[in-house]
Amino acid sequence: MSDQKKMDCGRRRLIVATAAVGGAGVAATAVPFVASMLPSERAKAAGAPVEADISKLEPGQMLVVEWRGKPVWILRRTPEMLETLPQLDGELADPKSEKEQQPEYCANATRALNPEFFVAIGICTHLGCSPSSKFKPGASEGMSADWKGGFLCPCHGSTFDFAGRVFKEKPAPTNLEIPPHRYLSDTRILIGENTQGA
Amino acid sequence: MQTCTGKGDLEMKIMDKLKTLLAAVLFAPALVFPAAAPASEEAHLDRAPDLSGDKAALQNGARLFVNYCLSCHGASALRYTTLQELGLTEAQITENLMFTTDKIRDPMTIAMTPADAKKWFGVAPPDLSLVARARASAGGSGADWLYTYLRSFYRDETRPTGWNNTLFANVGMPHILFDLQGEQVLGADGKLQLSAPGKLSAQDYDKQVADLVGFLTWMSEPQAEFRKRLGVGVLIFLALLFGFAYALKKEYWKDVH
Amino acid sequence: MATNSNFEKYKSGGTLLGNVLEWVDARFPATSMWKAHLSEYYAPKNFNFWYYFGSLALLVLVIQVVTGIFLAMNYKPDASLNAAGLPFAFASVSYIMNDVDWGWLIRYMHSTGASAFFIVVYLHMFRGMLYGSYRKPRELIWIFGVLIFLCLMAEAFMGYLLPWGQMSYWGAQVIVNLFSAIPLIGDPLSLWIRGDFVIGDATLNRFFAFHVVAVPLALIGLVAAHVLALHEVGSNNPDGIEIKKVMNEKGIPLDGIPFHPYYTVKDIVGVAVFLALFSIIVFFMPEGGGYFLEYNNFFPADPMKTPEHIAPVWYFTPFYSMLRAMVWNFFWLEAKFWGVVAMGGGVAILAFLPWLDRSPAKSIRYRGPIYKTLLGIFVFSFLVLGFLGTKAPGYLVFGQAWLNGDVIAQALTVYYFLFFLTMPWWSKMDKCKPVPERVTWK
Repeated sequence: MSDQKKMDCGRRRLIVATAAVGGAGVAATAVPFVASMLPSERAKAAGAPVEADISKLEPGQMLVVEWRGKPVWILRRTPEMLETLPQLDGELADPKSEKEQQPEYCANATRALNPEFFVAIGICTHLGCSPSSKFKPGASEGMSADWKGGFLCPCHGSTFDFAGRVFKEKPAPTNLEIPPHRYLSDTRILIGENTQGA
Repeated sequence: MQTCTGKGDLEMKIMDKLKTLLAAVLFAPALVFPAAAPASEEAHLDRAPDLSGDKAALQNGARLFVNYCLSCHGASALRYTTLQELGLTEAQITENLMFTTDKIRDPMTIAMTPADAKKWFGVAPPDLSLVARARASAGGSGADWLYTYLRSFYRDETRPTGWNNTLFANVGMPHILFDLQGEQVLGADGKLQLSAPGKLSAQDYDKQVADLVGFLTWMSEPQAEFRKRLGVGVLIFLALLFGFAYALKKEYWKDVH
Repeated sequence: MATNSNFEKYKSGGTLLGNVLEWVDARFPATSMWKAHLSEYYAPKNFNFWYYFGSLALLVLVIQVVTGIFLAMNYKPDASLNAAGLPFAFASVSYIMNDVDWGWLIRYMHSTGASAFFIVVYLHMFRGMLYGSYRKPRELIWIFGVLIFLCLMAEAFMGYLLPWGQMSYWGAQVIVNLFSAIPLIGDPLSLWIRGDFVIGDATLNRFFAFHVVAVPLALIGLVAAHVLALHEVGSNNPDGIEIKKVMNEKGIPLDGIPFHPYYTVKDIVGVAVFLALFSIIVFFMPEGGGYFLEYNNFFPADPMKTPEHIAPVWYFTPFYSMLRAMVWNFFWLEAKFWGVVAMGGGVAILAFLPWLDRSPAKSIRYRGPIYKTLLGIFVFSFLVLGFLGTKAPGYLVFGQAWLNGDVIAQALTVYYFLFFLTMPWWSKMDKCKPVPERVTWK
């Protein structure tokens, strides 16, 4: 009787061991198949960082470049535009950029590496429309009289300030996303890659 | 043996049959390979040195490829970034090897369109991504073929380009490396002789060609080295699995009387 | 092991898993299928080496289906040229190799799997011939098997076009043109198969559809039928004896053991060995010396330039040799037609084996010297035909003028057919040994 039990024990151990080795093999084999569905080198090449030349950008002008099929805005903010930012804190949903919609180095008052240049993905965080520029203060562009300038999403009316921060009680849940980027020189920005070493 | 063939004897017979058959069927390629070798009309190929893993040589080969080949022949299956596997940095690749694009992730293509190439040369120069695999034959590896080919050009004024090749008769490509090798002529004995020396000695030229061919070989399957390393791991794992599976089988089959 | 009443048997121990199983069993025959096909399927206990290849064929089928699905995610059946002047289909294979993470491994598994499939299946078929597995009552299993073999050939042939290399293109060209040898309907038929006047984009697209959808469906269905038919009559064994003749009081064959766990654990050993051999090819010699991946196929398809020497992939070469062996015009029909007849007939004749063999013994163990000798020559002929099929016409074996490959192929083709066609006579004449009642064991 005890002999029988011992044998069964040994058998069970062998089953467990073989199943473990075989299972590990199957799991390891699954890795290449799962990984093959990740973006390929071609997709990565198409989604590679893009360079933007900002030397010809005048204050108050905006440049749109395409990165991974999305519009990326580069807005050269005038001192007047920058002045509006602190005044709006009370009306914004996330004035201090606490939600992770930007790289850490842009979680500041102007949401930028260099306050003068605002870089953001021009896609509304609500349902993916591209907001339009409403840079002139006041009602001249069809906004309310107390409008200080920023962006309006034409689809559902979300509004954003010059730092892409969303106003309270609008459909968009978060501020506009800021892509990873860094300055290659004073006049060239690389979009899609973090600050060196970061 | 009586009416019933004994198990031991039978097993021996089966094992013998098994071995021959497995050898014949599974490794027929390896066995017939020598037998399949030179049908008399096939040219003799010089053996290219194996440079896999020799990063300095392969980097030099990459440099030669970019400078001499990549203006007419593309290597569209390879991206510049992959050259990092030869120990080159992004900066080195961008500065020294990229002439047709400014994006390092781009494939190594040429500016000339196939249609233009056909108009200018008669035939479009083929893409060389896989040439080192395509040129393999029973007579030798693709590297051997390329190594022989690039050293077999000779002056032939009857050809439109002024060049011919003993391995590839009436070749469409002129001798691009002639400033390095110099000019060869075909002697009456069918052997090639150097008639005007180039920048390099014969020995140095062979070395440069070997590097270039080494690069072409690497390029035709950049993952080859990794593939072999992974294979060793897989076989070790399967040996382990075999051990456990065999023990388990033994354990269960104790019951069968 | 005591057999309980049906109720007891299906009664769970009240565990969660047991309850789930009970719920399923009330709605789907999970437990009863498990028993019928595995834990209470009694297989002869004397299976030897040759009995690994059935389960291995199933394993290779799974490998091919899984790798095939993942290849289809990145492959493009498009014969037009890309910016670099390469056909999209050809370039998409390079893309899989170089740009898709692990794509090279998946592709090599699939290309090696194709050859492995034929190696395993040829050995599996040879097993059937060794032990008379096609004999009554297993004729239908054998016929399903021949149909599987046919499907496999169609699958391999159409799959081989997809990389759109030189051998893909010209191989397809030659084989499709064979159909034009059929009298009257030949030319329109081959035109219909191609969907174009040459092998072209239309051909590539339809071959892709057949290769990834139609033929695999047929193949899987036939494999299911093959296994169901086998489990209906029970497995043969190296002694060629019906184990069901000797049963115990519970109706279990005395020489039978449950397939699970005994043969499942045994087959795992076979799987480990097979995967090791498979991995040696995949990781160390994926081209298989130019036989598994032909060198010429690394050149993109070029309709303007025929390669000097076109040979089909090795698994077709025995039948290709038979095709080439026919050089005479019989009756009013040209040799080309008879070549096609020989090639098709070489496969089709296998289906008649159950009725051609009239030996009193099934297994080679109890058969006489005639079968052993003739089968030996048959295997040799098949291998030599296969070898000669990889060579150009006019090949001289060992370079000897008197060993003309063409003549040898003709002689061996005649032997191949005579082996089957004369079998009814010599299989009866052969001096067989008495067959024992019980299987040979230890």
